[in-house]
Amino acid sequence: MTRVGLIRIAVIAAAFGALELACRLGFIKHQVIIPPSEMATALYGLLVSGALNADIQRTLGIIAIVIAVSIVLGFILGLVIHALPRVREAIEPFFATYYAVPIFIFYPVLIAIFGLSPIPIVLIGVATAVVAMIIATLTGLDRVPPVLTKVARVHRLGKIATALTLQLPAAAPYLFTGVKLSVSYGFIAVIAAEFILSPAGLGRDISDAYTDFNNRRMYALILFLLLIATIINSALHALDVRWAERRTGGRS
Amino acid sequence: MTATRRVTDTLIVFALILLVWQILHQIAGATALPAPLPTMTYLVHMVPTARFAENAAATLKAFSLALMTAYAIGLAIGVWLGAHRLSGAVGEPILVVIYSLPKITLYPVVLLIFGLGISGKVVFGAMHGVLPVALLTMGAIRAIPPVYLRSAQILHLSPWQTITTVLLPAALPEVFTGLRIGFTVTLLGVLLGEMFASKLGLGSMIMADMSLAQSEDMVTVAIVLFAFAAIANAVLIWIEHRLHRKV
Repeated sequence: MTRVGLIRIAVIAAAFGALELACRLGFIKHQVIIPPSEMATALYGLLVSGALNADIQRTLGIIAIVIAVSIVLGFILGLVIHALPRVREAIEPFFATYYAVPIFIFYPVLIAIFGLSPIPIVLIGVATAVVAMIIATLTGLDRVPPVLTKVARVHRLGKIATALTLQLPAAAPYLFTGVKLSVSYGFIAVIAAEFILSPAGLGRDISDAYTDFNNRRMYALILFLLLIATIINSALHALDVRWAERRTGGRS
Repeated sequence: MTATRRVTDTLIVFALILLVWQILHQIAGATALPAPLPTMTYLVHMVPTARFAENAAATLKAFSLALMTAYAIGLAIGVWLGAHRLSGAVGEPILVVIYSLPKITLYPVVLLIFGLGISGKVVFGAMHGVLPVALLTMGAIRAIPPVYLRSAQILHLSPWQTITTVLLPAALPEVFTGLRIGFTVTLLGVLLGEMFASKLGLGSMIMADMSLAQSEDMVTVAIVLFAFAAIANAVLIWIEHRLHRKV
């Protein structure tokens, strides 16, 4: 472990320690924040009891569907749009403003259309995540060296074979950025949607616990979601670093 | 010629969006999704009403307070982590992790601490905006050529003078990108806050419309917000391009 890493762990530990102490000494009221150690024991209790299993399955399942659809659809749409320069020029201004407007505000509209079911959640999740993947695919394909396309032509590869064997690996680093963004956006959109209005799910659970003043349950659930998000994001980041090392390592 | 073609192509895409909207309206029915044309006429009538003005003013007030808070704290953190190497190395991964968390889960905590009024919304909005501002400011300051800092040292500038006369002007274009992204996510944060728990504001208006099945109202508010965000973003991008050209 490097010195920077040790300091970082110390800083995080100090932050949690300070919170724990402030709660235990009564500087922060129990009705507002419970000590982190109590959050952890509450979460452990909930996980062991199995009371959360159905909601965990539901929420993580929806997130997985959203991410998978966004990545596949985003990649395919990216390929198609890249192949049609005129269409791309026409759509690009919309992409530039897409993440500047609060797309999420359409969630209630989707509920009005599709009713209170997982469908609006999946749709708002995909709507939030897919465009990042499309943009990443376009950027990635732009960066494919022209010599590779020439090689493909020399070998008389078809469009699909070229895409799979040459363009996909060459654009991989940019695609992975798109994957990371899609995962992060998908997670945020699904949780936010469940939180605001949903028949079930972890987001709904937190919102219910908040209205019931059930702080132990609420903080346990918050801790759970933040832990899951941190683990997934860190894993993707670690993969990214490793692949980047392998790429530059092979060259130098 | 190509410029006009590009504009026509974009307009065609716009027309296609309206067409899809119309088709969705045919499928879903008028109670779920009103057609584009009636929505536009409704918009013209609704925007001048007192109810809309009151809610828009509430959102605008919370949003501007949140934005100022986010900018002030974000810039301070960004300058600190950018100028102090060790703090930056320690802090950056922590900020990146917090940036990608679903911050909506923390909204109940914010409400418990700051209450249901405007301060809860402001804090929640600012929470979203602080991180991109801090991260991009940090990156911008790190990218400043070291020779600038050495000149500042030779001229015996105080730390505050170094920040205001050397660091910020040199980093301005990139810092501005952070401010632009901060603008977007702060707006989203304030609206999310209003959607979950608030009596006033455009976010809560949309939720009330949904429970009353007033879809015309709901879609109209969404369109007004879209237009506001898109226009503000266009203006900010324009300023950003000018800053980049100057440097």
